[in-house]
Amino acid sequence: MDKTEILIVGSGPAGLKGALAAAGQGARVTLVERDPFLGGQLVKQTHMFFGSKEHYASERGFKIAEKLGKAVKEDPNINIYENTTVLGYYEDGVLSLEKEGKFSTIKPEALIMATGAQENTLMFPNCDLPSIYGAGAVQTLMNVHGILPGKKVAMLGAGNIGVIVSYQLLQAGVEVLAIIEALPNIGAYHVHASKVRRMGVPIWTSHTVLSAHGRETLEKITVAEIDADFKPLAGTEKELEVDVLCIAVGLTPLTEILFQAGCRMAYIPELGGHVPLCDETLETSVKNIFVAGDVSGIEEASAAMVEGTLAGLKAAYNLGYGRDSYGELVKAARLELDALRRGPAGEKIRSGLERLNLAGKEAS
Amino acid sequence: MCDKTIICRCEDLTAEEIREWIARGYSGFEEIKRVSRIGMGACQGRTCRRHLLNELARAGGISPAEIDLSTFRPPTKPINFAAIAGVDQDAKNS
Repeated sequence: MDKTEILIVGSGPAGLKGALAAAGQGARVTLVERDPFLGGQLVKQTHMFFGSKEHYASERGFKIAEKLGKAVKEDPNINIYENTTVLGYYEDGVLSLEKEGKFSTIKPEALIMATGAQENTLMFPNCDLPSIYGAGAVQTLMNVHGILPGKKVAMLGAGNIGVIVSYQLLQAGVEVLAIIEALPNIGAYHVHASKVRRMGVPIWTSHTVLSAHGRETLEKITVAEIDADFKPLAGTEKELEVDVLCIAVGLTPLTEILFQAGCRMAYIPELGGHVPLCDETLETSVKNIFVAGDVSGIEEASAAMVEGTLAGLKAAYNLGYGRDSYGELVKAARLELDALRRGPAGEKIRSGLERLNLAGKEAS
Repeated sequence: MCDKTIICRCEDLTAEEIREWIARGYSGFEEIKRVSRIGMGACQGRTCRRHLLNELARAGGISPAEIDLSTFRPPTKPINFAAIAGVDQDAKNS
């Protein structure tokens, strides 16, 4: 069995920043990544980030992954396991790992779970036909592997992921017939939504996909308008001939290891489902188990990075590192996080976190 | 083709089958998992858990927050017994 001071699971924006923060305080870190490369979802993000300079504004996601990945690789306190998946957490604090068909175990003194999230699916007749994808999966296919998913696409979901992936499909020369959104309004930032509209893609709000059709693979979908209770309106059905349907209807935090570790969880819809109760340094109800990024509630990459920093600082502090600088560094990171969540775009996450705090108070 | 709505792709279960179990009085997540195998396939419920939660909530007229999930157990992804037992599969096959 291996030992490490701090084990970080996932090398997306949260995991990378967490590793750098903890190692920067002097702790020994082991960073585990399922993929053969570091960066998590950043590696496929070809769009530029918003916000301030410290949050990599005007930089593209994959460039941020390169930069942080390089820093992590050069840090002598960080040991990296790529191609490695965490299989389970056991009551003695041991985790099991699988690396290229080989099984091993590791016991850390502190654990930071930065596993991110998975894409939600939707149920409708023939929703299991080939060529019905998660929008994130299509983004991986195109931007990481250089493979086009098809020729004519319908996108379900006008949130940021749906709209950004639609734009990237257009950039790759794929036709996007429509963006279909069940809500009466567009969830994506206006900059993104108006860009795809200018390129001629209609966004149909208060619409949904009723069913998919095709023999071997997707050939067409039936779309209809829906009322305020999400019930289809008779007579509004129309058929769309597409060879790809992308589903972008939200994400669910990847929390199974936290459940296994006995962390107290709460169901908070605004945060994407079940999330762990945690304090302001992202420590869960189990001492020395932390979360950072989407696993603690669906948000975006800039917030994930700051959460990673907070969790990394606190995990190192718990092990006796960085006692002098801890207070000030945490205070600065908290201010950054609050600033990111200010304004109308942060409303959902703010109300979700408020509910999570309430659930935490009730539990204690 | 017949128009099936699949809820659990790993175990090839339709939404209709799950709704039938619920109609027959199975109201808990764990119960339905045991009778139908929902969520017990390769993805360990990562696709269908959310759907089952919503079906149970809707049928019971309650919030998904009030429903107990089933126990999460290792492994999170399929792995060979040989690998857990530490057998060197490359050496064995050569």
